[in-house]
Amino acid sequence: MDEILDKYDAKVAKGLAFLRRRITGQYEVDDFGLDSDLTEHVFHPVLRLLYKNWFRTEVSGTEHLPADGGALVVANHSGTIALDALMLCLAVHDEHPAHRFLRLLAADFVFRLPMVSELARKSGATLACNPDVDRLLHEGHLVGVFPEGFKGVGKHFAERYKLQRFGRAGFVSVALRNKAPILPAAIVGAEEIYPKLGNIKPLARLLGAPYFPVTPTFPWLGPLGLVPLPSKWLIHFGEPIDTTPWSDQADDPAVVFNLADQVRETIQGMLGELLQRRPDPFME
Amino acid sequence: MEMSTAPRVVVVTGVSRFLGAHIAAQIASDPRVERVIGMDRVDPPDSYRELLDRVELRRVDLTRGSGNTMAKLGAEAVVHLAVMSSPDPATGKNQGGRPAMKEQNVIGTMHLLAACQQTPTLKRLVVRSSTAAYGASFRDPAVFTEDTEAREVPRGGYARDILDIEGYVRGFRRRRPGVTATVLRFAPFVGPTAETVLLRYFAQPMVATVLGRDPRLQFIHIDDALEILRRSVVEDHPGTFNVAGPGVITLSQALRRAGRVSLPLVEPLLQAATKLGGVSLDQVELFVHGRVVDTSKLSKEFGFVPRSTRVAFDDFIKAHQDGTVVTPERVDSLMRMIRGVRLGRDSR
Repeated sequence: MDEILDKYDAKVAKGLAFLRRRITGQYEVDDFGLDSDLTEHVFHPVLRLLYKNWFRTEVSGTEHLPADGGALVVANHSGTIALDALMLCLAVHDEHPAHRFLRLLAADFVFRLPMVSELARKSGATLACNPDVDRLLHEGHLVGVFPEGFKGVGKHFAERYKLQRFGRAGFVSVALRNKAPILPAAIVGAEEIYPKLGNIKPLARLLGAPYFPVTPTFPWLGPLGLVPLPSKWLIHFGEPIDTTPWSDQADDPAVVFNLADQVRETIQGMLGELLQRRPDPFME
Repeated sequence: MEMSTAPRVVVVTGVSRFLGAHIAAQIASDPRVERVIGMDRVDPPDSYRELLDRVELRRVDLTRGSGNTMAKLGAEAVVHLAVMSSPDPATGKNQGGRPAMKEQNVIGTMHLLAACQQTPTLKRLVVRSSTAAYGASFRDPAVFTEDTEAREVPRGGYARDILDIEGYVRGFRRRRPGVTATVLRFAPFVGPTAETVLLRYFAQPMVATVLGRDPRLQFIHIDDALEILRRSVVEDHPGTFNVAGPGVITLSQALRRAGRVSLPLVEPLLQAATKLGGVSLDQVELFVHGRVVDTSKLSKEFGFVPRSTRVAFDDFIKAHQDGTVVTPERVDSLMRMIRGVRLGRDSR
C-alpha cells in the first residue's frame, strides 16, 4: 500500500514541478520553436495512448537510426489526417536509446492555421523550405519528410499502400547538398484509420483545405467520425543510404530522380514485407 | 592599427532619444574622436543634459534637408538613428501620427543621404534598420539570414519604412562605393532603462495577444546594441547585419517569465484595436508570425556576441516588477499548499 502511495506521490511531485516550470516560463525553446519540455510531458503521453493501446504499434529496424548527427528520414504518407507523422516521431523518440526528436517538415497550410501552427512548431516541426532543412541538418538534427505530400495523405482508400509520385524530389537535393544519409521508413496501419472514399471539393475550397474527406464514419457520425479506426500498425526503418558519393551533384536532375526512385522502390518493398506480416489490419 | 580608423568628426542624428543620446555620449568620450555633433528636430530632454555635455547639439529638421551642414562640418562618420519605430505620442495631434513618422523615416533618410553624398570627407555611414525588414509571411523560413528577402510587402508602416530606408542606402552604396556603409537590423530593444512601445506594452499587467498564436521573439539588450553601434563607428564593418540576442523566447513564455497575464484575442479584433492606438499593425504581425534571425554573421564580423534574448529580457523584467501578477514565489507558496494537503501527508 505504502509503495503505491509513494509512487503516486512521486507522480504528483513531478506534475507539480512541471506546472511550476510552465507557469513561471522556466523552459527552453529552440530557434525553430521546439518546446521539448512540453512535447515530452504533454504531447507524447497523449500520443502514446494512441500509439500503444489503440494502434498497438510495433517498430523494427531502429538500429538503423543514427545516435547523433543529421539524417533525413523519408516515409510513406497516408491516413487522411497526418497521424502517421506524429506516430513516426514517437517511434523515433521512444524506441531508440538516444530518444531523439524527429523534426518534421510541414506544408505552409499548417502554419496558416492558428493553434495547429503552434502545436506543430512546439512539437518540433517547421516549414518545408530549403533554408530550414539546411539549418536543421547543419545543426545535426533528424529530419522527417513525406515526399508524397498531400497526394499521399489524401489518396483514395483503394490506392492504399501504393506510393504516389515523389514530385520534384527536393529531399534528395537537400540530402546531397548536406551530405546527409537518407533513411527510408515504411509505415503500415495508417491507411486504414480514416479510409477516404470521397472528397467534397466545394467544402474543401471554402475551408481552404487541400480536401474535405468522406469516410465510412465522417461526416455522417459527426465528431464520432473523427475517432480513428483501431488498425494494427507496423513501422520499419530501412538501411541508411549514403549520399556522399553524389554530394556535388545536388542540382543534377538525373542523379536526383535516380536516387528518388531508389528510395521509392525501397519503401515500396518494405511496405510489401510489412503487409505480409500483417495480413489483416484489424486482427491481433 | 585601430587608431587610424577612428573618425575625427562624427554626426549622430536622433540625438534627443535614448539610443542617439547614449551613443553620442559614448563616442564623445573616445579620445580619438575630436568632435561629435548631435542633430535632432527637437532639443534633447533636460535629463540628457549632463550625458550630452561633450556633444555639440544642433537643431536640424532632416525632413527639410540639412543643406551643406554635413560638408561644412567635415563629417567623417554619420550615424543615422533618427528612425522611428512608432508614431511619437509626444508631438501634438496635428503634427504627429503615422504621416509624421513616415516623413521622418523616409524623407528624413533621403535628405540625410543626399547630404552625405555631398560630403567628401565622409568615410563611414551607420544606419539603424530593423529585423522588420524581413516582413511577415506564413511561407517564411524559421530563421532569417541577412540575404533573406521579404516575401510580401509588410502591412506594418514601420516595416515598410525600413524597406524604403534600406533601398535608399543601397543606392547610396552604389554612388559612394568609397564610404563604408553599415546597416544594422536590430531586433526589438530591451533593457532596464529602454523605453519602447513594445516594452510599455509588456509592462502592463494584462497583455493582449493573438488567439492561437505563440510567436517566437528575439530581443537585443540596449547596452549590446550600443556596443555594436560604437564599434560600427570606430571600426570598419561594411555590410548589413542582424543584431539580436541569440536564442528564442516565445511570447507566452516571455509573459510568464514577466508574471504578466495574457489576454488572447482573435486576430481581427486585435487588428481593429490598431485603429484605437496602443497597438500597431507592425506589432500584430510580430504577434502572429514572430521573428527570429541568424546572428552568426554579426558575431563573426564584430567578434562580439550579444547577451542572449532570455538574459536580455530578464534584465527588463527585473526593472519592471511592479506589474507582476504571477511570481515564482507566489507559485511556490501555492505549490507548498498543494503538497501539504495531498494525501494528508507532509513531504518537504
